[in-house]
Amino acid sequence: MSGRGFSLSRWLGIILKEFIQLRRDKLTFGMVVAIPVIQLLLFGYAINADPKNLPAAVLSADESPYSRSFVRALENSGYFQVVKQLGSEREAEELLLHGDVQFVVNIPADFSRRIARGETATLLVEADATDPAATSNAVAALLQLANTAIDRDLLGVLQNPAPLPPVVDLRVHRRYNPEGVTAYNIVPGLLGTILTMTLVLMTGLAMTRERERGTFENLLSTPALPIEVMTGKIIPYIIVGLIQVTLIYFFGTWLFHVPMEGDIVLLYFVLLVFIAANLTIGITFSAIATNQLQSMQMMVLYFMPSLLLSGFAFPFRGMPEWAQWIGNLLPLTHFLILIRGIMLKGNSLFELWPALWPILAFTLAVMLLGLGFYRRTLD
Amino acid sequence: MTTGELVIDVHGLNKSFGKKHVVKDFSLQVKRGEIHGFLGPNGSGKTTSIRMLCGLLTPDSGSGTCLGYDVLRETASIKREVGYMTQKFSLWEDLTLRENLDFVARMYGMADRRAAVAGTLETLGLVSRQNQLAGSLSGGWKQRLALAACMLHRPRLLLLDEPTAGVDPKARRDFWEELHRLAGEGLSVLVSTHYMDEAERCHRLAYLAYGNLLAVGTAQEVVEARGLAVYTIVGPDPTAIAARLRGTPGVLQVTPFGNTLHVAGTDAAQLEAALAFLRADRSCKVEPSAATLEDVFISLMPDSPEATQ
Repeated sequence: MSGRGFSLSRWLGIILKEFIQLRRDKLTFGMVVAIPVIQLLLFGYAINADPKNLPAAVLSADESPYSRSFVRALENSGYFQVVKQLGSEREAEELLLHGDVQFVVNIPADFSRRIARGETATLLVEADATDPAATSNAVAALLQLANTAIDRDLLGVLQNPAPLPPVVDLRVHRRYNPEGVTAYNIVPGLLGTILTMTLVLMTGLAMTRERERGTFENLLSTPALPIEVMTGKIIPYIIVGLIQVTLIYFFGTWLFHVPMEGDIVLLYFVLLVFIAANLTIGITFSAIATNQLQSMQMMVLYFMPSLLLSGFAFPFRGMPEWAQWIGNLLPLTHFLILIRGIMLKGNSLFELWPALWPILAFTLAVMLLGLGFYRRTLD
Repeated sequence: MTTGELVIDVHGLNKSFGKKHVVKDFSLQVKRGEIHGFLGPNGSGKTTSIRMLCGLLTPDSGSGTCLGYDVLRETASIKREVGYMTQKFSLWEDLTLRENLDFVARMYGMADRRAAVAGTLETLGLVSRQNQLAGSLSGGWKQRLALAACMLHRPRLLLLDEPTAGVDPKARRDFWEELHRLAGEGLSVLVSTHYMDEAERCHRLAYLAYGNLLAVGTAQEVVEARGLAVYTIVGPDPTAIAARLRGTPGVLQVTPFGNTLHVAGTDAAQLEAALAFLRADRSCKVEPSAATLEDVFISLMPDSPEATQ
């Protein structure tokens, strides 16, 4: 008979059992591999921070070569697709209201007259800012093309090679955060969210499943200690997590050309810490809940802030202080800093430490909480 | 350890779930090497009592020892030396027979794990099916596997919760022979059952009804203590006779057995009076017979749970 403390043999027994059960659950095992790849492909291609061919309408009070040239340039930029020439301000208002167009370009009556006189003409672009991310790059392209398009016309008509003051004064009505999401940011962010979702779910049901199948009573009647059971159930999924990570990393760099500036060993170390954090929160939910439904509800409670307040979906600095405070409690928030830091900036451990220790502290605290809630009896 | 030493010695255990008082002042003494039967209707608190004995439930009040360990404070020690077989199959259905036994052996930190598992598979005659998933076994085989699993670590006390429910008669007989063999070697057993033939195979019995321990002793002691008068009646229309007898003062139970009726009562004189009309009838035959364990248990049973609370 072994002693009263932690038993390595018992712990290995639990790990082995979880491994066998995981391997035998073919569908779950298949999903573990397929989900990250499917999600990466789906969101990697679907989430586009640089959308093109946005529907636009032109309200022109000036029929001239200048205005026609400008509209052609709009279309050539690739960002705009002029779907309609408008007759009235009211019509423009309606189109924007219904979301039929993303932009309305207002060309004032004095547009060509002012350009011909060498003065600065004014353009008003109204952007549908309900989805600010969709409009940001298009708007940025506008200013550039407004001047170049007109310049070429001027060259043709006036044959004036001298540099002029800005021909067009572009006024954009928009409300969006300048910290847009770029294509490279999506993949590292997805890595974090996919891991959060799948790993918390894996262990989140681990204890409740034993309880609902009645096998928990058997496990409880043996001398197995709570810490052996809880950590033993986590280990196999750490390996699952590493498989997921490798797949995402492979597809991310191969299909989406995400750069890898930092150290790959450091990357895997950070991933390991993050995987352990998520598995721990899952097993703790599982220890607190009395059935799978309760556990699922706790997981949703955890997923939503992780997605919305971590800086993945919305810029972290755009959130009010209290929301940032909540966000700072979540491992995903720190992980996003870490992963972007390693992959895009090539950060070292020294620079990463401020974002790494909160995840370690979180994991420890949650594990202690789970051990506190672990039921040692059937009471 | 000397013969006659108590392996279970608990006094006044109580357990409530919410407002439901499931076990009331439960006291039980089981000697070493004894097979102690545990009987009672469904929902009478048998499972709860067993769980309190092996540390799976904490009693609200009461005290006692199991294998010399305190049932309230030393549950870790109790778990190491007790083999508990749950009422519902609680091994892992998605593990094979060998994997299940191997896991259990690891949980008890057995040094000779491989040999113990191999030996158990051999004894069960399941070597050829050792790589079959436990979930694919028939009910009888599941029970045998579960029993083997709870005995793997060579416990000193077995707590078996309806181990033979749904098992065929041959397998039940084998099971009981095995239990007696183990008891002969000094293993103590507390086994709950609904089968009367099994109850009669126990050294001693305890009868629990709705949280109250109503009878304790050997089968013979239990029958004698109840003092039932029983008659067997053979007559032309047993159904009509039964209908007339039911509800008559002195008649506790009327049970048809094929063409005969089994009539029992606690007061012999009153029962005799109730049967007088049959004695007058020449076509009926009324004969006294010995009370069985079943008569006794059924006579203890009719009170509803509410009535005893």
